[in-house]
Amino acid sequence: MPRSDPRENTGSPGVSRRGFMGTVAAGVTVTSLGITGAAEAQAADDALVEVVLDVNGTSSTLRLDPRVTLLDALRERLAVTGPKKGCDRGQCGACTVHVDGRPVLACLTLAASVRREVTTVEGVGRGGGLHPVQQAFIDQDAFQCGFCTSGQIMSAIACARDRGIRSDDEIREFMSGNICRCGAYSSITAAVRQAKGGGV
Amino acid sequence: MRAFTFAAPASVEAAVGGDATTAFLAGGTTLVDLMKLEVLTPSRVLDINALPLRGIETGRDGLRLGALERMSDIAAHPAVAERYPVIAQALLASASQQIRNMASIGGNLMQRTRCGYYRDVTVPCNRREPGSGCPAAEGTNRPHAVLGTSDACVATHPSDVAVALVALDATVRLRDAAGTRTVRLADFYRQPGTTPHVENVLRPGELVTDVLVPALPWARRSVYLKIRDRQSYEFALCSAAVALDVRGGRVAGARVAAGGVGTVPWRLPAVEAALRGRPARQETYEAAARQAVRGARPLTHNAFKTTLLRRTIVRALLSLEAGA
Repeated sequence: MPRSDPRENTGSPGVSRRGFMGTVAAGVTVTSLGITGAAEAQAADDALVEVVLDVNGTSSTLRLDPRVTLLDALRERLAVTGPKKGCDRGQCGACTVHVDGRPVLACLTLAASVRREVTTVEGVGRGGGLHPVQQAFIDQDAFQCGFCTSGQIMSAIACARDRGIRSDDEIREFMSGNICRCGAYSSITAAVRQAKGGGV
Repeated sequence: MRAFTFAAPASVEAAVGGDATTAFLAGGTTLVDLMKLEVLTPSRVLDINALPLRGIETGRDGLRLGALERMSDIAAHPAVAERYPVIAQALLASASQQIRNMASIGGNLMQRTRCGYYRDVTVPCNRREPGSGCPAAEGTNRPHAVLGTSDACVATHPSDVAVALVALDATVRLRDAAGTRTVRLADFYRQPGTTPHVENVLRPGELVTDVLVPALPWARRSVYLKIRDRQSYEFALCSAAVALDVRGGRVAGARVAAGGVGTVPWRLPAVEAALRGRPARQETYEAAARQAVRGARPLTHNAFKTTLLRRTIVRALLSLEAGA
């Protein structure tokens, strides 16, 4: 269904530019994946798939090598760089985004398989302001270098919403898929607790 | 990652029947990871997520899980948590919440071992490259198996929920171009023997469509106890899936299976037999648990697993007795 989706983004100049950049970037990435030579490049081009990505309320149609992950599509094609590439192996959580409202790892998701709405940290703010979980991270000083923070926030939003999770132990269990090299864990737990108390 | 062609078939009929170079993509948490490592190199990837392989249904016959249901949804289903707590607990003890949101139950059962040698294409591995050798036999083998091993392979099966499902006599429904068949999950997995690269009985192009768990009223009293190096987001060093039917102070029935110690999810019928008919108390559990490690073959760095397995089983049984 998504690949035959007729939606195009001709209505918005901004999105059209994204689509154009995506097409250009596709050629660049084929090279960066280590495929060299005209024959291979042609073969790779034949294998491109059309992907419609709905990211933070904006729909974009891309032609992608099917190897492209959602993380690379967001960062390299759509310039949505909130999701970070930490391990790129599904172990650190820095790439956490929401698909259909649920946290997933963008680095282990093939972009071509995404059928539902994608929300990144860029898309969680409300009315131009911060999401309560973002504000809680600031209030509780829940980061140091900040590299893991956007992924932490995407998991924390789901954690704060989940009424079955109440204790600090339950918060820590829920947040265990997001690794923080700086060790801000106690402040992250406090931020989730604050967000739960304030309602999200 | 090696190049592949990508398609999203619209029906189960169109999806099945491929050859061994075709891989099915569900949650992708194992497949995409291992394709990045070039441990798996399918030339064709079929995205099956749009197929109608859904549903979490409980009835008089038991439980049916559509193969594409996500781990988090099954764990959160009230009837699963109430009737089969061992399944819900095993799911919640697995991976991280992001991965549980992504990974399907069918894909969970198809997980590959976490053996570091299997995942590293620069070293030999009989499971990945038949006949190349097994560095784990003499190498870093602390997390490896002590039951069901062979000279060719000592890797553990990594799934938690498969251990619970084997304890509950679950079956899987399989579909290929020739039709449908149902296989006991315990028979689905193959011990390594001399062919560790053959992990299960699936034929090329055959797809897991459903997981079926028979009714077992006393599975309401069941538990999954997982022992690991970290409290969360870690694979099992050892685990026990246990269900216990205690009547009049005696064990009327027991189901016991272990994870983290076997090359496949490891049912323990000798432990179950040693529990049945005996008083439901610690001495019985300790005597029965000794049956679990008969035939165990510890490696250089994992001799602790035989003791750990006995204690894990006893603790799981005691936790159920406490609720009696």
